[in-house]
Amino acid sequence: MELIKETDYGTPAAKSDKTVTLTIDGFGVTVPEGTSIMRAAMTLGVQVPKLCATDSLAAFGSCRLCLVEIEGRAGTPASCTTPVAAGMVVTTQNDRLARLRRNVMELYISDHPLDCLTCSANGNCELQDMAGAVGLREVRYGYAGENHLAAAKDESNPYFTFDPAKCIVCSRCVRACEEVQGTFALTVDGRGFESTIAAGMAESFLDSECVSCGACVQACPTATLMEKSLIEAGQPEHSVVTTCAYCGVGCSFKAEMRGGEVIRMVPYKDGKANHGHSCVKGRFAWGYATHRDRILKPMVREKITDPWREVSWEEALGRVASEFKRIQATYGRGSIGGITSSRCTNEETYLVQKLVRGVFGNNNVDTCARVCHSPTGYGLKTTLGTSAGTQDFDSVEEADVMLVIGANPTDAHPVFASQMKRRLRAGARLIVIDPRRTDLVRSPHIKTDYHLPLRPGTNVAMLNALAHVIVTEGLVNRDFVRERGDARSFAEWEHFVAKAENAPEAVASVTGVPAETVHAAARLYATGGKAAIYYGLGVTEHSQGTTAVMGMANLAMATGNIGRRGVGVNPLRGQNNVQGSCDMGSFPHELPGYRHISDGATRALFEAAWGVHLESEPGLRIPNMFDAAVDGTFKGLYVQGEDIVQSDPDTKHVTSGLAAMECIVVQDLFLNETANFAHVFLPGSTFLEKDGTFTNAERRIGRVRKVMPPKAGMADWEITLAIAQAMGVPMHYDHPSEIMDEIARLTPTFTGVSFKKLDEVGSLQWPCNAKAPAGTPIMHVGGFVRGKGNFVVTEYVPTDEKVGPRFPLLLTTGRILSQYNVGAQTRRTDNVVWHEEDRLEIHPHDAEERGVRDGDWVRLASRSGETTLRAKITERVAPGVVYTTFHHPDTQANVVTTDFSDWATNCPEYKVTAVQISPSNGPTEWQESYRDMAEKSRRIDVKVPATAAE
Amino acid sequence: MSHDAKLAYMANQIGKFFAHQPADQAVDSIADHLLKFWDPRMRRAIVVHIEQSGEAGLDPRVLKAIEKVRAHDRQKTAVVAR
Ligand code: SF4
Ligand code: SF4
Ligand code: SF4
Ligand code: FES
Repeated sequence: MELIKETDYGTPAAKSDKTVTLTIDGFGVTVPEGTSIMRAAMTLGVQVPKLCATDSLAAFGSCRLCLVEIEGRAGTPASCTTPVAAGMVVTTQNDRLARLRRNVMELYISDHPLDCLTCSANGNCELQDMAGAVGLREVRYGYAGENHLAAAKDESNPYFTFDPAKCIVCSRCVRACEEVQGTFALTVDGRGFESTIAAGMAESFLDSECVSCGACVQACPTATLMEKSLIEAGQPEHSVVTTCAYCGVGCSFKAEMRGGEVIRMVPYKDGKANHGHSCVKGRFAWGYATHRDRILKPMVREKITDPWREVSWEEALGRVASEFKRIQATYGRGSIGGITSSRCTNEETYLVQKLVRGVFGNNNVDTCARVCHSPTGYGLKTTLGTSAGTQDFDSVEEADVMLVIGANPTDAHPVFASQMKRRLRAGARLIVIDPRRTDLVRSPHIKTDYHLPLRPGTNVAMLNALAHVIVTEGLVNRDFVRERGDARSFAEWEHFVAKAENAPEAVASVTGVPAETVHAAARLYATGGKAAIYYGLGVTEHSQGTTAVMGMANLAMATGNIGRRGVGVNPLRGQNNVQGSCDMGSFPHELPGYRHISDGATRALFEAAWGVHLESEPGLRIPNMFDAAVDGTFKGLYVQGEDIVQSDPDTKHVTSGLAAMECIVVQDLFLNETANFAHVFLPGSTFLEKDGTFTNAERRIGRVRKVMPPKAGMADWEITLAIAQAMGVPMHYDHPSEIMDEIARLTPTFTGVSFKKLDEVGSLQWPCNAKAPAGTPIMHVGGFVRGKGNFVVTEYVPTDEKVGPRFPLLLTTGRILSQYNVGAQTRRTDNVVWHEEDRLEIHPHDAEERGVRDGDWVRLASRSGETTLRAKITERVAPGVVYTTFHHPDTQANVVTTDFSDWATNCPEYKVTAVQISPSNGPTEWQESYRDMAEKSRRIDVKVPATAAE
Repeated sequence: MSHDAKLAYMANQIGKFFAHQPADQAVDSIADHLLKFWDPRMRRAIVVHIEQSGEAGLDPRVLKAIEKVRAHDRQKTAVVAR
């Protein structure tokens, strides 16, 4: 193992098909037109000295270190800003160039501390390297002159420091913040010698608008911007490429290690999803992996009111097996089930569903995608034929129009949001449909053409109105529909959307959006060039979530915006492996590869491979499990890495279901809220502790690589195997790669996938098989997977969760950048400096009416329950709408959400709850009694000191 | 909402989605959805619910669909028993 160092070509790759041939230092080289001389030289292996250039940023030409000579041209042009030309003859090194470069370096070094030996960048500093490269041996000016050596450090950011004394004002950080991240938090203040780098309005980094993505830190050639973890621990000595375990963007990272300790996570330049960029979570928020709250021993207890007792793995697994068997013997085969985790690997979710179907002998398996993107699966499969998004992320680089619905990418999918923003700054147009004014609506140097701030719960009415305009104004792409669409379903749909009741004028009173804005947005989507839809949970988490997904597919098909680059219908997936857990057969009605359990041929395939009989009826979905538990027919549950108590709606209903069960087995890193109701706790492993794969929102399968042994002794896949073994039905795998081989054998869209291939090519987008050996970045090219595109009539059915005199406001929920979902991980990192608690966003008008001031405690009540939290007064939300996040168990926002759900998939309606807000002076009774209960439930008796890898 | 009332509510929700289809087709679509996505115990529960409390506020097409589901499930049980 070695430290991976990607080649820095100095300037970005040129995108031309034409090539140019030139000579550099006597060697011929052919490169795409538009390539810089610096990059061309580097492709030959000739490293021209440089400081202000790096290949993630456009060339700037400020340091003058990269000078070269070009035959027939006067002077010494900068090689980073000079493009190649045919027949050019370049010299990168001679006495004159060497002298000039030494002079430049001398100036830099005269204002730079010479504490190289004790500097944190020692061994990995471009300034040091360049001083060496140009042969700097003396600094004639001395160090007595005016300098910046006494400038104070800014240590406000929890993860990195800014030490201006070491700054050479190359502006790489400023440009990274602009070009790579798109936040524009940094500026160069002053001119000439006086110039310095400033965050925000000369604030500290923490107080500025910096979102701590780390792009500037990575771009900095000196120790000026440096990770605190590295300052503390020293330079890493080896690195392993792996995939971020937070969101569905699926960024590639190098875990840079010293022995078994992670020193830092650095985004990997060859990562196809992130191209070397990252967000604060993946880049910095990995400290939870070694947090003292982690449970490293298996534990059991008789009753959930007992304290936990640490036991051996053997005893814990024995308990799981005997309890599950006892329950099945008493209540029937269908009385137990399992939940797979979208945080775990494909191989691990595959095993859990195999355990449920093959060993438990029923289909009571579900996954957290139930509560987020299950409507995507149903909706896209019905219309297009595949339960997945249609594009790769890079496709956005060719989009002319982006239609973003119910998604908040700058917070929830930050790295992809940066890519979107880059395209928007380059001129793509933007339509945002969202009740809230998200950051995308107002981003630096981005203009939203149309923001449609609709009332929560009216997506389908809005989509129908957009379709109405497209159909009635003759904007349908008839050629496309004729060739690719199903004629009968199109005719039906066309007739339906053309009805007057779907006109923007008719639905304006429902959506609250003026008709003319809807007209304009529809015209832009249909006629503005290549148009791409991006959507999130603001679409799916509704009683008509599935209908809305189909509505978007209808729009894309009717306008021909599908089946090529720059267009498509793209779900932005929440969890890192939501796509994968769905692909792997985590739903109760589907075997891996989205094949219905009632399909005899598919069942036979799996029965032969697994040597078992499979039940042909669908099993319980997560919300059905709670209902069945309350009813007394569901008694045992194996939960792998999911916190259903905190994340699922209507907490009181969930907890009464769980409290009625006889054996709940929680496998997790921490004693999460669900563990309060558990009888067995099996300590899980982090993504750093195991091998496997994740599949991101663009169907990209990427490797997760083990960088340290599992702290509790077993990786999650090994625990599932041990349960099967304890139940008397062993499964045999020595390594997760063997599990993937089995998946590939049994799943037609995965036949070309293996760890070996992934190691060779980095990542693969399914379908990957004989027809598409290199994978499939864009789907439905030339024809839909289902044959002809199926248009579906999407009648608007208002939710029954309605505002009224008692509950006059609509609550919608979401996420913020620094926290992740239930926060089990991010709350255990320094990310809490950005978000210590969930806040309730409320419009000034609604706040004033209720006598609520900014920062006040308020009571948030719905028909389901009530909680308290502090208010944040903001115009981001429209009057009549309030908004909060659900990252903190103390708030328990889901105490107030209802158990209304999507008609097709039971995906909960998180996004619409009728509520009332009133001033409050403290936690509710429920919050207090829950806190008491949770505290009691977390007691551990006989805590023996944990040893690593038992 | 009681569990039974909730099942009836969910079944009606499905009915509403297919409301635009001609009656026969809608009944088939609803029945198909119930068979594909509802655990048999949920299907049994709604059948029992109807037996006990009549139409239970169910849309007529949904009722017909549940009738179809019941027939299907009976036949299947019979086959398994044989
Ligand atoms: S902080 Fe680093 S990247 Fe920014 S100007 Fe200074 S040396 Fe360059
Ligand atoms: S961390 Fe990211 S957002 Fe913050 S200043 Fe650096 S590049 Fe900009
Ligand atoms: S964007 Fe998502 S995948 Fe990428 S670093 Fe952030 S959390 Fe991880
Ligand atoms: S690297 Fe070319 S001018 Fe700085």
